[in-house]
Amino acid sequence: MLKIENLTVEVAGKILLRDINLEVGKGHTNVLFGPNGAGKSALMRTIMGFSGYKVVSGRILFKGEDITELSVDERARKGIGIMMQRPPDMAGVRLRELVRAASGEKMDPEVLARALDMGRFLDRDVNVGFSGGEIKRSELLQLAAQGPDFYLLDEPESGVDLVSIEQVGTMIRGMLCAGIECAGERYEKGKSALIITHTGQVLDYVQADKGYILCNGMVMCSGNPLELLSEIKKRGYEECVRCKLKR
Amino acid sequence: MQTEEVNLKELAEKALRKSAQYGEDFELEKFEVPKAAEPIKDLSKLDEESRKTLLRVGVVPDEKGRVGSLVMMDNTISHTSLRDENLELMSTQKALEKHEWLKDYSWKLVPVDTDKYTAKSYLENADGYFVRALPGKKAAFPIQTCLMLGSKKVSQTVHNIVIVEEGAELDIITGCTTKKGVEEGLHLGISEMYVKKGATLNFTMIHNWDKKIGVRPRTVIRVEEGGTFISNYICLKPVRSVQSYPTVRLEGKGAVTRLSTIAIAHTGSELDLGSRAIFNAPGTRAELISRTITTGGKIIARGEMIGNAKGAKGHLECRGLVLSETGSQRAIPILEANVDDIELTHEAAVGKIARDQVEYLMARGLSEDEAVGMIVRGFLDVGIRGIPEELRGEIEDTITKTALGM
Repeated sequence: MLKIENLTVEVAGKILLRDINLEVGKGHTNVLFGPNGAGKSALMRTIMGFSGYKVVSGRILFKGEDITELSVDERARKGIGIMMQRPPDMAGVRLRELVRAASGEKMDPEVLARALDMGRFLDRDVNVGFSGGEIKRSELLQLAAQGPDFYLLDEPESGVDLVSIEQVGTMIRGMLCAGIECAGERYEKGKSALIITHTGQVLDYVQADKGYILCNGMVMCSGNPLELLSEIKKRGYEECVRCKLKR
Repeated sequence: MQTEEVNLKELAEKALRKSAQYGEDFELEKFEVPKAAEPIKDLSKLDEESRKTLLRVGVVPDEKGRVGSLVMMDNTISHTSLRDENLELMSTQKALEKHEWLKDYSWKLVPVDTDKYTAKSYLENADGYFVRALPGKKAAFPIQTCLMLGSKKVSQTVHNIVIVEEGAELDIITGCTTKKGVEEGLHLGISEMYVKKGATLNFTMIHNWDKKIGVRPRTVIRVEEGGTFISNYICLKPVRSVQSYPTVRLEGKGAVTRLSTIAIAHTGSELDLGSRAIFNAPGTRAELISRTITTGGKIIARGEMIGNAKGAKGHLECRGLVLSETGSQRAIPILEANVDDIELTHEAAVGKIARDQVEYLMARGLSEDEAVGMIVRGFLDVGIRGIPEELRGEIEDTITKTALGM
């Protein structure tokens, strides 16, 4: 689904990501771990094509096509959707209007919102005065309307209270695998995702296939996500850097 | 002639060459006094073009959803109709004949010698609309009035008086526009509005002029104890120059006002739009909001709040978007506190649309144009959330077209 080859990215004249190689197969859910400032969000924003993230070398392939030079909306229309960690306040733009537009005017925001228990948010200005949990649910509602093939989820559990984590986690699982429990079937029929997580809480809700550890803008390691997570919890990210240097 | 009238006449004559404090200085001599216009019996029988012109400024020709209508063509009141006995609607001149007491309201809020535009309007004995809501009465629907420039190169002079008596509630929709083909002209409009104890006036004004029209409204509103004055001003189409600075005087305890302005300055347009609230009584409140966009024209957004009484509270908000290389936006907020225990605040911001907002919407699959359109609509929408629902369609349509440079 997504393949990143030797990607180096510059932001404001400074190299932020260096020689990244990463892959997410069809129906797979891969996870990105890393300390603050490692470049995880920068990688997602580069995949989405946001301005300010300049690809110096390497390329991004999506469904086999090189999308490195495509605009944000072209990428979205090809099937990439992002859940941002800190989306901008959109004063005057009502969630109802955005949800309708995101679905290509095809879906009734009312019906979608009811399914996600978001009805009372529809007439509010997007993100204005939203709590942490409300932002996540609003992002997911927009994604549900958009219906992408590939999800970029930037810290879905950050700033969310425990009750909401359950809600957000369940919503994400629903979107990615729509009730499919078997991994084999998921690879055929499910959606793909790349998820940034600090705490790993979201892994209680989704089946992750592969994990990557990003430090200082470089991929340190990859492997079984749950094993990586327990290593990180035990020894911290410093160990990852040391380990990489040894290799 | 009574002494007072003589004095006013003298003052006005002296002020005939007095330039206004702000805005382009129009030479009054260059515009003719219009001839009398034909009466219009039935608005719904007007030709299609004229009906469309009315509709674009919120004036409904079949009068559905309105309790009364008044149309002023150039300087002639050409149509008046009313279907509510709790209201009065007629020409200002007729009202002055009918009500002896009305002289105590006429030219009592707007000084005749404010500038040459008020002076000319006074000396020409300008006509306009008189609307009065009787004490304690509430009209089921708004009254609509239309001020139309019907002839080329003339100056229209207007004098409106609105009185909302104690405890009454009234909605007025006023559309100001030009007849098709009338490209050049001058509109001078005096408005004096009285909102009495516990009364509410909801006033919506839509301007839809033409590229070479100069517009000089002079408006003062007096709000008594517990009264509410709400104003929505909308100016989205090209015009040569509008300069206005309506002033709300909050004279009674707990009086409240909210003035919202949304405007777009096209290339060649100069919009100098202000609003002023004067807090002269304890516990008075005001909110002044302006949302302006330039696509090449010049905008000056002024706002002023003068606090003269304790417990006054006001907020002023000017936001301006610049959508082209050539336009300009200037926000001038003024706050003045003359006693303690006053809370006046302001927020002003001018600039381009934030890139992260545009890309956020693009990431949901909207094209760049669609994203900009949605943001601009939302930006202006904040300023017109109080306007009657049926006016929204046309307004939102104009906003979208402007945002996309259509």
